Amino acid sequence: MTAAPMSRPDRRRALGTAALLLPAYGWLLVTVFLPLGAMVVFSFLKTTPIGGSKPLVFTTHNYLAFIERPYLVDVAWTSLRLGFWTTLLCALIGLPAALALARATRGRFRQVLFLLTVLPFWTNGLVRTFSWTMLLREGGILDDALHLVWPSAGSIGLLYTFPAIVIGLVHAYLPYMILTCYLAVSSIEDGLIDAARSLGARGPAVFLTVILPLALPGLVSGAILIFVPVIGSFMEPRILGGRIGVTMGTVIEDQFTQAYNWPLGAALSFTMLGVVLVIFALFSSVLRGRLMPAAA
Amino acid sequence: MTLAGRILLGLVLLFLYAPIAVMVLMAFNASELYSLPMVPTLHWFEALAGNDKLLAASRNSVAIALATAVLATTLGTMAALALSRQAFWGRSLLQLLLLPPIAIPWLITGTAMLVFFFWTGIGRGLHAMILGHVALAIPYVVLVVGTGLRSLRADLEEAAVSLGSTPIHAFFAITLPLLAPSLIAAALFAFAVSLDQFVVSYFLATPGMSTLPVEIYSSIRKGFTPEINAISTLLLAASVGLFVVSAILTRMGGEPERR
Repeated sequence: MTAAPMSRPDRRRALGTAALLLPAYGWLLVTVFLPLGAMVVFSFLKTTPIGGSKPLVFTTHNYLAFIERPYLVDVAWTSLRLGFWTTLLCALIGLPAALALARATRGRFRQVLFLLTVLPFWTNGLVRTFSWTMLLREGGILDDALHLVWPSAGSIGLLYTFPAIVIGLVHAYLPYMILTCYLAVSSIEDGLIDAARSLGARGPAVFLTVILPLALPGLVSGAILIFVPVIGSFMEPRILGGRIGVTMGTVIEDQFTQAYNWPLGAALSFTMLGVVLVIFALFSSVLRGRLMPAAA
Repeated sequence: MTLAGRILLGLVLLFLYAPIAVMVLMAFNASELYSLPMVPTLHWFEALAGNDKLLAASRNSVAIALATAVLATTLGTMAALALSRQAFWGRSLLQLLLLPPIAIPWLITGTAMLVFFFWTGIGRGLHAMILGHVALAIPYVVLVVGTGLRSLRADLEEAAVSLGSTPIHAFFAITLPLLAPSLIAAALFAFAVSLDQFVVSYFLATPGMSTLPVEIYSSIRKGFTPEINAISTLLLAASVGLFVVSAILTRMGGEPERR
């Protein structure tokens, strides 16, 4: 508000706006913003302040965990690899699927297919992840199906491997990529592609010079929506990865539910957020560098 | 191009639905080890009726989801009205503040709630889970109701006011009924967000007060029983039903002007 005195209706209107906003933002303040602030404070504490009224001792020690516990670097690397492969596979499957949805289907048929691709969002993620264990385990349903066709085949037995976690995560997050790419791609007009064709562009050239640049915003927002939660995932790696499924997510979960080292868990959480932000900063500057010459 | 595209879509749908189909099939399969061939049975659904722990967790889930739907829809609609009807200083900042509950990994939001609720004495349990779920649902409600408001003509309400109606009466007599489809869709969305929420509940649940997803997680880690497939199938049917209803309602909310 400016310093100019408000007329009475203006002031009433401002009060009304504030009264409408206060409950929702007050709620978010208590349940999201203050807790995140408390986490920052906790990440600098020496011990978890449970029980007793020991004086709080502050330290930056928790943020040095990666230097003092080298195994955490391997864990972080596993998480980054999971994020990379999941995002890449989602992009490789999601963009063509979105294109097919936008260009190869029409009317009611398209609406039904679109609803079918977003419907799995509404089913419980835990249950879907567990279903993959029934499919992927040795002697599981995928093996049974394979043996029906080819009785002498060996076992696929993917469960408790890195690819099993990636399959489960791609399954969980693919609808995001299809959705964001579809929103970007569905605005491409047929005329644009016809124009490129009539000017002599072949299929791959049309894809690279017309479709891909226009789909890029969808790909980028899809990648962000997928990469961030995958880096923090703990349920899928635990269920599908078993002993090898040690990720940043599971290590952080352990600090809160098993080890009760809340300060370390908080510091690891913020380190993880920081790494994600740095990756996006690098990524966006690369993208901008790539796009600028094209725009000029 | 068209044929290849349709084949690709078919394969993607097969991939998306295979585990869901397997879960439903296994809920009706007699084998405890989830092996084929299929022997149809309703045994697991019957066993469910005697599993007090799962039933109590299911009741908690539904109670929390109902509370979340009512609270988040009320608070979110109020905020959406303020955010979409007037321009004021700080509006874009407030809109930006709706992102963290969605964008920050739930692992971090959930553990932050655990730490803060412990610290302030709010504690864990039913009330803590409702606090958390409502926070996660508010941004979605603001989004859905805000979209509904944009397609609604503000001049109808203004016309009523200029004809002598008080703003509050005009809101309840004109805007609210027209907004009803968006409100119901937002409430269903909030209900579904809460019903499927696992991560935040996991950190805020207590041994005596947990939700269905939390119970499912702990039984997966202990050794899963097919009863979980049975209750998941029921949960799936409920979620899909809600989704279909809200999909129909949002489409109705999107084009009220054409009637």
